[in-house]
Amino acid sequence: MTEHFPPHSRRKSKYTPRTVPESKVATSAMIASLDSEGRDTIAAPFGNALIELAKTRDDIVGLSADLSKYTDLHVFANAYPDRFYQMGMAEQVMISAAAGLAREGFTPFATTYAVFASRRAYDFICMAIAEENLPVKICCALPGLTTGYGPSHQATEDLAIMRGMPNLTVLDPCDAIDTMQATKVIADHPGPVYMRLLRGQVPNVLGAYDYQFKLGKAQMIHDGSDVLFIASGFMTMRVLDAAKALAKDGVSCAVLHSPTIKPLDAETITAEAAKGGRLVVTAENHSVTGGLGEAVAATLMRAGVHVPFRQIGLPDEFLDAGALPTLHQQYGLTVDAVCQSVKSWVAQ
Amino acid sequence: MTDAAAVSRPNVSLAQRAWAIRRNALLMGEVQGQGYIGQALGAADLLAVSYFHALTYRPNDPEWEGRDRFYLSIGHYAIALYSALIEAGVLPEGEIPTYGMDDSRMPMSGMAAYTPGMEITGGSLGHGLGIAVGAAMGLKRKGNPAFVYNLMSDGELGEGSTWEAVMSAVQWKLDNLICLVDFNDQQADGKTTDALASGPQAPQWEAFGWHAQEVDGNDLDALVSAFDTARHLKEAKPRVIICRTKMCKGVPFLEEREMAHFVRVEPEEWAKALAILDEGKPV
Repeated sequence: MTEHFPPHSRRKSKYTPRTVPESKVATSAMIASLDSEGRDTIAAPFGNALIELAKTRDDIVGLSADLSKYTDLHVFANAYPDRFYQMGMAEQVMISAAAGLAREGFTPFATTYAVFASRRAYDFICMAIAEENLPVKICCALPGLTTGYGPSHQATEDLAIMRGMPNLTVLDPCDAIDTMQATKVIADHPGPVYMRLLRGQVPNVLGAYDYQFKLGKAQMIHDGSDVLFIASGFMTMRVLDAAKALAKDGVSCAVLHSPTIKPLDAETITAEAAKGGRLVVTAENHSVTGGLGEAVAATLMRAGVHVPFRQIGLPDEFLDAGALPTLHQQYGLTVDAVCQSVKSWVAQ
Repeated sequence: MTDAAAVSRPNVSLAQRAWAIRRNALLMGEVQGQGYIGQALGAADLLAVSYFHALTYRPNDPEWEGRDRFYLSIGHYAIALYSALIEAGVLPEGEIPTYGMDDSRMPMSGMAAYTPGMEITGGSLGHGLGIAVGAAMGLKRKGNPAFVYNLMSDGELGEGSTWEAVMSAVQWKLDNLICLVDFNDQQADGKTTDALASGPQAPQWEAFGWHAQEVDGNDLDALVSAFDTARHLKEAKPRVIICRTKMCKGVPFLEEREMAHFVRVEPEEWAKALAILDEGKPV
C-alpha cells in the first residue's frame, strides 16, 4: 500500500477504537472564558467597554463577520443597533469595509476569530488598513489555545503573523481589567490595532494590583529575585499563580506583564533583564515561534543582554482537539506545568 | 459636473479630454520606456466621462468632503488615472517627466500616500470594491450625498473578495456606489474570459441584486448615457457599468499588436504613437 501522507501525530491513531474515559471533561469548545474557580469575573469586558466609549464618541462603529455573539460585540450591537454592521460570513469585505468607514472618519471595531483575521483577511488588513495607517481596531476572540476545536479555530500563530505587519499595534491583554482599559486606549490611538480578546465571563486578576493598562508599556506586577517572568495574555494570570506557588518552594519570581506585543517595550524589558541574577522566562498563549518569546529574545540580543532564557508557549505544531483543561496540561500552560518547568530549569 | 474651481473649459469636448488623457499617458510611457499603456489608452474614454461629466470635485482641494470618491482598485492603471488627474488640474502637467522616477508623486502603482487625487492604495486586486462598500456606508452615516466610484478590472472578477463586496453592497442597499469594470479581456496570462470571467457579465451582477449596464467603453455617448442612468436611478441598489474596452485604443498600430496585459513598446515607437495621436486630435 502506498503511503500517501507523511507520518502525522493525529492521523497515525485514527483507526484505533476508543473507550469512554473515566473522567468526562467536555470539550466546551466555544467557551473562551478561562477556568477561574473562585475567581472574580466580569461579563463581556470588551463589549461593555465599547458601549461606554460609544456614549461619548459618535465615531465608534462595530462590525462583525457573523461572530458578534462570540466576540462580545453583541452587547454593543444591542445597545447601539444603528452603529453595528453585521457583515455576514465574509471576513475580507468586513475588513475592507472597516477601512472604508475609517476613510470617512469613523473608528471601526471589527471582530471575528483570531484565526480568520490573521489567516484569511491578512492581505486586506495589510493593504487596505495598515499601509494607510487607518484607525481600524481588529479585535479577535479565541487567541492561542482557548478552544478545543483544533487548528481550524486555534490561533496559535496569530501574533507571529501580525507582528510582521508594519504600522500595526499588536496587543495580548491578560484579563477583564486589561481588556476594558485597552479598549478605551486603542480607540484613542491614531493607527490600526490588532487585539486578542477573552470573552464571556472573563477573570478579573489585575484588579487586585495597582495596575493601569498603558499602550506600549510592560509593567512589573509582582517583583522577585530568582526568576523574571515576561508574560502576556492569560499566561500572565498563570504565572502570577505560579509565582505564588513557587514562593512556597523558595523560588522568588517577578512577573513583568507585557500586553503590547508590538511595539514591544524594549526599554523596560531590557532594563529588568539586565539587572541580572534572574532566569528570564517568557510565557505566552501562542506558538514559541514568532510571538512574545522570540520578540523578547531578539530584543535582549540586540541590547547585548546575555542572560539565561527559557520559553513557555505552545509547540510549533497543529495542536490536538479535546477538552481545554486537558490540552493546557498537555501543552504546558497550566500553573502546575509552569511550576514544574521553572523548578527544573532553576535546578539546572 | 465639476465644482466651480474645476478647470472651466466648457468648449472642450469629452473627445478632446479623452485625447488629452491618452496623450498624457503616452508622454509618461515615453519617460519610463514602459508602463501599462494598453490599459491607459483603453480606459481613457471612461476616465474622461468620469472626470469631465460625472464626478463632482475640486481640483485644488482633492480631499474636499463634498467630492465624489473615485477609487482605483487596479493600482497598475495608475498611469491612466494620473493622466486624467493632470487633465483635471489635480496634478500639474509639469510633473509628467517625473513619472516613475525616484521621489515622484506618480509611482508606477497607485498609492494613496503619494498622489493627490489617488484615494486608495490599489494593486492588491480585489480590494477596491470592499473599501468602496465601507466608504459608501460611511457617507450614508454622515448624510453625505456623494457617490463612491470604484474602477476595477475584469481580472478582479476572479477574486472571491470582489463577490463578498458585491453581496455586501446589496445587503446595505448602497445606491451611492457605482462600480466601473474595465472589461478589456486581458489579464497577465491571457484572456480573462479563458480564466474565470467566461460567464455572462451583466446578468451575473443583476442576479446578485445590482443594477447592471454593459456598454462599449470606448463610445463616449454610450458612456455618458450609462453614467447618467447609474447616477439618477431611484432604486435602492448599487450600480455597475461594465465597460467593454479595447486595449491601446486610439493608436492603431498598438491596437493591432498581439494583445497582452503588458504591451511592449519599442523606444522609437513612443514618438510614432504620439504623432499618430496628434494627427487624430479632435476639434
